[in-house]
Amino acid sequence: MPLDNVVFWVFAPISIASAVGMLVVRNAVHAALFLVVNLFTIAVMYLLLDAPFLFAVQIVVYAGAIMVLFLFVIMLLGVDRDVDLKDRLFAQRGLAALLAVGFVAELFFALRAGIGFATKAPEGFDAVNDPGNTQAVAEVLFRDYFFPFEVTSILLIVAAIATMVLAQRKARAVTQAEMDARAATSTTPTTDPDPRELPA
Amino acid sequence: MRTPIAYFLLLSGILFALGTVGVLTRKNALLIFMSVELQLNAVNLALIAFSRMHNDLTGQVLAFFSMVVAAAEVVVGLAIIVAIYRRRQTVDVDDARELRW
Repeated sequence: MPLDNVVFWVFAPISIASAVGMLVVRNAVHAALFLVVNLFTIAVMYLLLDAPFLFAVQIVVYAGAIMVLFLFVIMLLGVDRDVDLKDRLFAQRGLAALLAVGFVAELFFALRAGIGFATKAPEGFDAVNDPGNTQAVAEVLFRDYFFPFEVTSILLIVAAIATMVLAQRKARAVTQAEMDARAATSTTPTTDPDPRELPA
Repeated sequence: MRTPIAYFLLLSGILFALGTVGVLTRKNALLIFMSVELQLNAVNLALIAFSRMHNDLTGQVLAFFSMVVAAAEVVVGLAIIVAIYRRRQTVDVDDARELRW
C-alpha cells in the first residue's frame, strides 16, 4: 500500500470523526477543539495534494489565528456554560441529517459517473510546481491575479475598521424605566448625560 | 500521488454536509459560525483537489483568496456576536428575531 494511501486513510476518518464530534458535543470549547483537529487533518490533505504552501497557511491562519480568536470570544462571553440544553429542533435535526445523507449520496454517484473512483491525479505536477510550490503560487498570484490581490487588502482594512466600530464599548443603554423616572423628576431630559458622570 | 482524486472530493463533500447539519441544527451563534468554517474548509479542500487534478495552480490561488475572505468574515462575524451578546446577554440565534416577519 503506497504511503499516500496510508496517510489518507489514517487522516480521513479522523477528519470525519472530529467533524461529527463538533456537531454532537454540548460545550462550545470542546466543539472549538474538535474543529482545530479537523482543520489540522484538512491541512494534511493539502500536503497530500502537493500544496505545501497552503498546508502552512492553513495551520497558521486557521488552526492558529482563527481558532484562537474563537476560543478567545468563547472565553470572553463565557458561553461555555452550556446555555440552552433543551432542544426545540427535533424535526429540523432529522431533516438536516436526511439532507446531508442525500447530498453525500448524490455526490458519490456523481463522482462515480464523472471522473470515477479509479482516476488518479495526473503526473507532471512537479513541473507546475517548478522552483517550489511557494514560488509557483506567488508567480500565479502576482502575475495573473494581482488586481484581486490588491482588492483583498482593501477588504482586510475594511474588516479591521468594521470590527473596531462594532466592538467599541458605547455608553450604557438607558432603559425605558429609567427614562420614565427621569422624565417624571426633571423637565429637561433632552440630552442623556455622560454615563461616566452618573452617580453609581 | 496514488490516492484517487475522487476520494478527496468525497471527503470534502462529507465535511460540507456535516457543516450544513451543524448550521441547520445548532442554536448557539458561535457553533453555527464554527460550522460555517467547516463548510468553507471543505470547499477549499475541493478547490485544491481540482487544482491537483488539472495540473493548474489557479485552484490553489483561489483557495488562498478564500482563506483571506474567511478570515475577514470571522473577524466581523465574531464582532457582531460580541455586540449582540453585550446587548442581550445571549448568543442564541432564536432571541435575535427583530428582522423576522
